Amino acid sequence: MYWSINLVILIFVIVCALGAIYVKDLLATAILFGAYSFMMCLLWAIMGAVDVAFTEASVGAGVSTVFFVAAVFRTSRRTKD
Amino acid sequence: MKLLSLIVVCLTGGLLLYGTADLPDWGDPNAPASLHLSNYYIENAIRDTEVPNLVTAVLADYRSIDTMLETAVVFCAGLACFLLLRDFTPKKDHHYRHVPTGVILHVKNPDRQVIVGNEFEEMDKEWLPPDTIIKTVCRMLIPFIQIYALYVVAHGDFSPGGGFQGGVILGSSFILLAISYNLKYLLKRVSEKFLGILSAAGVLVYMGIGLAAMVLGGNFLDYEKYAPIFGEHHIRALGMLGVEIGVGMSVTAVMVIIYINIVSEGKHDEGL
Repeated sequence: MYWSINLVILIFVIVCALGAIYVKDLLATAILFGAYSFMMCLLWAIMGAVDVAFTEASVGAGVSTVFFVAAVFRTSRRTKD
Repeated sequence: MKLLSLIVVCLTGGLLLYGTADLPDWGDPNAPASLHLSNYYIENAIRDTEVPNLVTAVLADYRSIDTMLETAVVFCAGLACFLLLRDFTPKKDHHYRHVPTGVILHVKNPDRQVIVGNEFEEMDKEWLPPDTIIKTVCRMLIPFIQIYALYVVAHGDFSPGGGFQGGVILGSSFILLAISYNLKYLLKRVSEKFLGILSAAGVLVYMGIGLAAMVLGGNFLDYEKYAPIFGEHHIRALGMLGVEIGVGMSVTAVMVIIYINIVSEGKHDEGL
């Protein structure tokens, strides 16, 4: 039970990371980074590091996603490569 | 070239994975990290500091100078964002909105200025009226977010959280205000000058608590020297609360500064 939750979240982390690399739309990349951070937050919480999980949720999934979206809003939404 | 970089990345990742095989297991009591220092913290932190949350006790008391310089790093990040992005060149042409009727004036000559009174207000070219639903929902949500942020700051020594997380949540409530209304609406309430002063004041509060302990005859950031003023009871928790408030002030201001400079390219018009 315990390890299966871990495994599902780890797979989500890897899927989000790969998606953030391969997706051409930079706005989608920013959202995928947010999802990645939230999955990492769940992993920290499972390992008992609640303070780190809290920081990851507020900084990684919250504010840094907003910063990425703001940067995309002011530059271009498509990557060239 | 792409193939080569893929091979290099796979090789590095494989080596790192190979290296993790030698790491101690998660929660292993014989791991080097849990043999010396962790035991001391776990056994003595509550007796030393009377703070139930060991993470806060380590961060804000045992390793307090570390956290102080982290706050200084956050302050420097905000300062660097401000210095790199802030654009002080005046706009070429101005747009004004007549508030009662919604008529928009476009002044192309930069020397001419419409005197912005109560009826006219300066606006941005890309301005769109904010949606009523978004405005109402955010107006109702923001006070709760801010109260939660203050709770996280105040309860840093009893439950997970602390100055950094609380500051980020408080800053993101201001960012939500800027998104749901517009950037000028936020800057009317918290001016750029106030944010700059707040971000520096947070670091100064932290250092001031440390220096005042030295003035009272202890070491730098030795909270126990405040006992004659505030009483013996939970004096270290009180000192930690003080430095957490400093961290929270600094982080709040820096988050808002970074956001307003990124989203408006340093021009501070009605951005996102």
